[in-house]
Amino acid sequence: MNNSDLNSVSMPDAGSFDFAQFPDEHGRFGEFGGKYVAETLMEPIAELQAAYARFRADPDFVREFETDLRDFVGRPSAMYFAARMSEAYGAQIWFKREDLNHTGAHKINNAIGQALLAKRLGKTRIIAETGAGQHGVATATVAARLGLECVIYMGAEDIERQQPNVFRMKLLGATVVPVVSGTCTLKDAMNEAMRDWVTNVDNTFYIIGSVAGPHPYPQMVRDFQSVIGTEARAQMLEKTGRLPDAVVACVGGGSNAIGIFHAFLNDENVTLYGAEAGGDGIETGRHAAPLSVGRPGVLHGMRTYLMEDNDGQIIGTHSVSAGLDYPGVGPEHSWLKDLGRVNYTGITDVDAMSAFHDVMRFEGIIPALESAHAVAYAKKLAPLYGKDKIILVNMSGRGDKDINTVAKLEGISL
Amino acid sequence: MSRISPLFEQLRAQNRTALIPYLTAGDPTPGATVGLMHALVGGGADAIELGVPFSDPMADGPVIAAAHERALRHQVGLRHILDMVQEFRQMDKKTPVILMGYQNPIEAMGIANFAQRAQAAGVDGVLTVDLPPEEAHGTAKMYAKANIDPIFLIAPTTPINRIKIIAELASGFVYYVSLKGVTGAQNLDTQALAARLHDIRHECALPVGVGFGIRDARTAQAVGHEADAVIIGSALVQIIAEFGAGDAAPLQQKVQAFMAEIRHALDTQ
Ligand SMILES: Cc1ncc(COP(=O)(O)O)c(C=O)c1O
Repeated sequence: MNNSDLNSVSMPDAGSFDFAQFPDEHGRFGEFGGKYVAETLMEPIAELQAAYARFRADPDFVREFETDLRDFVGRPSAMYFAARMSEAYGAQIWFKREDLNHTGAHKINNAIGQALLAKRLGKTRIIAETGAGQHGVATATVAARLGLECVIYMGAEDIERQQPNVFRMKLLGATVVPVVSGTCTLKDAMNEAMRDWVTNVDNTFYIIGSVAGPHPYPQMVRDFQSVIGTEARAQMLEKTGRLPDAVVACVGGGSNAIGIFHAFLNDENVTLYGAEAGGDGIETGRHAAPLSVGRPGVLHGMRTYLMEDNDGQIIGTHSVSAGLDYPGVGPEHSWLKDLGRVNYTGITDVDAMSAFHDVMRFEGIIPALESAHAVAYAKKLAPLYGKDKIILVNMSGRGDKDINTVAKLEGISL
Repeated sequence: MSRISPLFEQLRAQNRTALIPYLTAGDPTPGATVGLMHALVGGGADAIELGVPFSDPMADGPVIAAAHERALRHQVGLRHILDMVQEFRQMDKKTPVILMGYQNPIEAMGIANFAQRAQAAGVDGVLTVDLPPEEAHGTAKMYAKANIDPIFLIAPTTPINRIKIIAELASGFVYYVSLKGVTGAQNLDTQALAARLHDIRHECALPVGVGFGIRDARTAQAVGHEADAVIIGSALVQIIAEFGAGDAAPLQQKVQAFMAEIRHALDTQ
């Protein structure tokens, strides 16, 4: 990290460029996105796209979504000034408190939106993939509430490290299917969910948990999550009278990041930062940072930056955080990277763990390990910005689910 | 022109149904593949679909997905598979070879580069499961230039207007996926199939191959009544899986016998 990072962002023809116009009609963000799926899914996806376009413009649907966000999720989520952390880090650190949402993460915003869509489409069965289990819990929650059958695909390795969430899903009545193919993590869970979907497409709605997958998912999930940034922008203006200088979010598939970035994309003076999982360090190859070192390719229905070998095989990822352990990323992020609108950096496990402890001890908040990556990035940026500058961090989720992982890493048995 | 259209013309003249087996290249071992291809032809295969293993075979069921994993344990990549086709071509200049797989390994090689090398190796068609016509315009052009047929899937969910779009871009034949689901699925409804093929033929002049759910001589015969080609994947891959990576000769015999049985059923309908 050096000072030039702060000035490296050039707005693509700011003013005339409206980020909200994307994706285009083909589901493209520049060269990224699209619909790379088997023929069996093309028509269901076209139907989903049409339904989403219809409901998005339907005041009844929007009202129901907003009511659920308010009364069930507890929105708007708080905007919190982290005073002691600001003192320690050297810039004004604010948290957008998605960790306070019902079920403990931003994932619920999207799960509610898609479940409402599923219900209106008359689907009786919901499936989802999950990594950290947060999206699985959110999906199981909304399925329980709407009385829909729910099946969650989860990598066997992730089941191991996210036991509390697995149990939560089961309590909510969901079936959790362990995925033992490939690397037994999030990408394989997504493969398995796609297989289920293609087989049961008549009665089943696939609730994808991030801004990934074929069009219209990246757009739809972004729209449902953009409530984060819309609220944050207004709250910032209200509380400080100005916009933040920087916004930082962690990037797994990229939904909390797009969610908070989107309202700020057209604000030239707000610099945006995405923290990918740097794992053991980018130079070790053991990480999950496709935007930092990947190359464009096709996976899970989208063209996007991927971690792959020379033969085009997707390579195994590593991160302490199950929710960031994904070799791809939402296509809009790939586009924002190439446009230079967002700066993406890998944050190592070690730095994330250190930030995890900082948040606990300075602020009395247990952050999700995913969100701790964003905090760690803010820690690096703070001295470059200085104490008069505002850095807004998306606290995407709470870390109760992670305490077993943390204990294990630190050699403590609970 | 590739070898595919002449094959279908010849079969039509003989009033025969094409038999197209699928196997994953490099399964059980890279060294076994060319021998297995010859054995398939020996047993009566008219063309061969050669699977290109991918780390994330989303559209494949457990049997073929496991074959991809076995092949990848040997680091089999697209370049090795082109070498296999080239080796196969030294003895067999006639049987069409169709590569079937996912887009990412092809893009990693570079589409134009791949098309050129595939042509040189003797590949006739490429079926990319996750490349629907909407995303395939550029790719299809490059294949056409290299005399490679882009093979497209038509699914039970494909509406008539999409069949038209597919027909415009496809050459060689089209592949009707007889079931909703992944490869290896069960329960084929031949009556519904006949109705569907009727609709497809109305929109598309190309021969229609049918795959997914064809497991044995009986199902092959039933489908063969309706289709221009029957495609057999998981059932064959299962035989290979059960055999494991032993001596080449007995596996080749097994595979050849399995083909011969189906060939016989198709020719005596
Ligand atoms: C708390 C939290 N933050 C972030 C993520 C990463 O997902 P995304 O990048 O889509 O926000 C997850 C995923 O499980 C999560 O649980």
